[in-house]
Amino acid sequence: MIKVENLSKSFGPKLAVDGVSFTVERGEVLGFLGPNGAGKSTTMRMITGFIPPSDGRITVGGFDMVANPIPAKRLIGYLPENAPSYADMTVEGFLSFAAELRGMRGDARKKAVSRAIEMCFLESVIYQSVDTLSKGYRHRTCFAQSIIHDPDVLILDEPTDGLDPNQKHEVRSLIRRMGARKAIIFSTHILEEVDAACTRAIIIDRGRIVANGTPEELRHKSEQSGAVLLCVSGQPSGAVSERLNHLSSARRTTIVKEENGKVWARVYSKSKNTDGELARNVMQAAQGWSVEELHTEEGRLDDVFRSITLSETAKEVSK
Amino acid sequence: MSFCCSCSSCCSCGNIKTIAKRELGGYFASPVAYVFIVIFLLLTGFFTFMAGGFFERSQASLESFFTWHAWLYLFLVPAVGMRLWAEERRVGTLELLLTMPITTLEAIVGKFLASWAFLAIALFLTFPVVITVNWLGSPDNGVILSAYIGSLMMAGAYLAITSMTSAMTRNQVVSFIISVVLCLFLILCGFPPVTNLLSRLDSPRLVEAVAALSVLTHFDGFAKGVLDSRDIIYFLSIIGFSLFTTGVIIRSHRAG
Ligand SMILES: Nc1ncnc2c1ncn2[C@@H]1O[C@H](COP(=O)(O)OP(=O)(O)O)[C@@H](O)[C@H]1O
Ligand SMILES: [Mg+2]
Repeated sequence: MIKVENLSKSFGPKLAVDGVSFTVERGEVLGFLGPNGAGKSTTMRMITGFIPPSDGRITVGGFDMVANPIPAKRLIGYLPENAPSYADMTVEGFLSFAAELRGMRGDARKKAVSRAIEMCFLESVIYQSVDTLSKGYRHRTCFAQSIIHDPDVLILDEPTDGLDPNQKHEVRSLIRRMGARKAIIFSTHILEEVDAACTRAIIIDRGRIVANGTPEELRHKSEQSGAVLLCVSGQPSGAVSERLNHLSSARRTTIVKEENGKVWARVYSKSKNTDGELARNVMQAAQGWSVEELHTEEGRLDDVFRSITLSETAKEVSK
Repeated sequence: MSFCCSCSSCCSCGNIKTIAKRELGGYFASPVAYVFIVIFLLLTGFFTFMAGGFFERSQASLESFFTWHAWLYLFLVPAVGMRLWAEERRVGTLELLLTMPITTLEAIVGKFLASWAFLAIALFLTFPVVITVNWLGSPDNGVILSAYIGSLMMAGAYLAITSMTSAMTRNQVVSFIISVVLCLFLILCGFPPVTNLLSRLDSPRLVEAVAALSVLTHFDGFAKGVLDSRDIIYFLSIIGFSLFTTGVIIRSHRAG
């Protein structure tokens, strides 16, 4: 549905987006991750046709966004960053306006508005003016606007920004549910959202894609992926790390923390796929200790995120 | 209903209508609109009856009413139009509007027509002067109608200029000041003290050319009851040029 090829954008001398390519098909929810200023919003603004690209090509549903923007825009629902809306309008008035610009009239418009109101839990504020709403409601009003025409493509720029934990949860599950029938891109810097809602994630840093894969695949890039965490009580940390370090399948061991006579140690695997070999080895090594806890770690996205984006920055600095 | 259908079949006109309706609703949703209308009516009343010497003239005409319009609009029209694009950019709704399946031109025209309609409503509310002068004597109502049309055209020209300056910045005050300066220029190049100054240069051609740029020169015809196509074309071309430039400015901002 969405095809982005070699997309670039420069603001004066500054290259905000640098040769980004990816595709999103129907049924996919693509998470767009990256530190602040990475170029997420700029990329989304180009995909939605708000700003023209400096270079590259965008097609949405087969329509070129630059050459043929109107039919391409018809397919897209867009929630811009900070969820802007017309402060002087009521929620109902604002959604009717959006529906009308989407070409709906009469009954079709009324139905679309009430459907969006229901999906975004706005029933209690229908006739309230937007500037009297709390931030969460204002945000959901703009979100409702983006799904008013049940679009095939949804572009959501930080859809959970500024919401409370319950609202975040609602929005995530809404995205996941809609993702079955649509092509969705949403940006975030909250990593747990990737697990909660995405089928695939792209990490973007200083305008470039630095990682692209399913949340599983990304997690595997973590150093911690496949590591074994062991907690024993009544042993000095030195003895624990000494014995674990000598395991043939272990690369190295770190002591995570010591507390109330318990020691937590993390044993990093030498190879990625050990089929539980490391865990078995650790269990053998721990014979005679009183083991409190032992499990294999999946790897954590925030480690991947940090190691990728930080090491890139470090490289840049050393240049 | 049939009107509605015919309108939605022509997509462009439907979108313009939708945008204009929202914009006009936006004016009346805030007290600013009512304050503006009251100020406009008070000022026109003051200039007509006090400064304009309506009664002293003891003529059944609205000349004293219309002569002040060019100057009144100089401040009032930029005040109405300054928010047109500056506000959309500041709040971020511009991003929403321009990612809808509409063209930039439809958005520009829709918003312009809404504020023009608002000015037309304010102007229409001066009808008591027309009643008054008809009650006091028997004026030429054709001249009055023609002057009203000219006044509306002039307001439209100022408004289109303000639309352009409003697209330049996200700061309404800056937009207001630039449009006042531009409109003032369009007045002054036909203002008698300035034309007198220019005529000292002993080049009647130049004086004429400069005066031809002025709204005063072109409004004059309307005020005398003469609907000259050149005057109409003058105002329409200011509107067309300014709205076109508005589009260029908006596009250049997005290009970064
Ligand atoms: N209109 C603009 N003019 C100049 N620079 C811009 C503009 N928009 C974005 N940028 C720059 O482009 C970079 C990427 O910004 P953005 O896409 O908003 O990042 P993100 O959404 O990932 O936080 C930033 O360094 C930002 O300063
Ligand atoms: Mg952003």
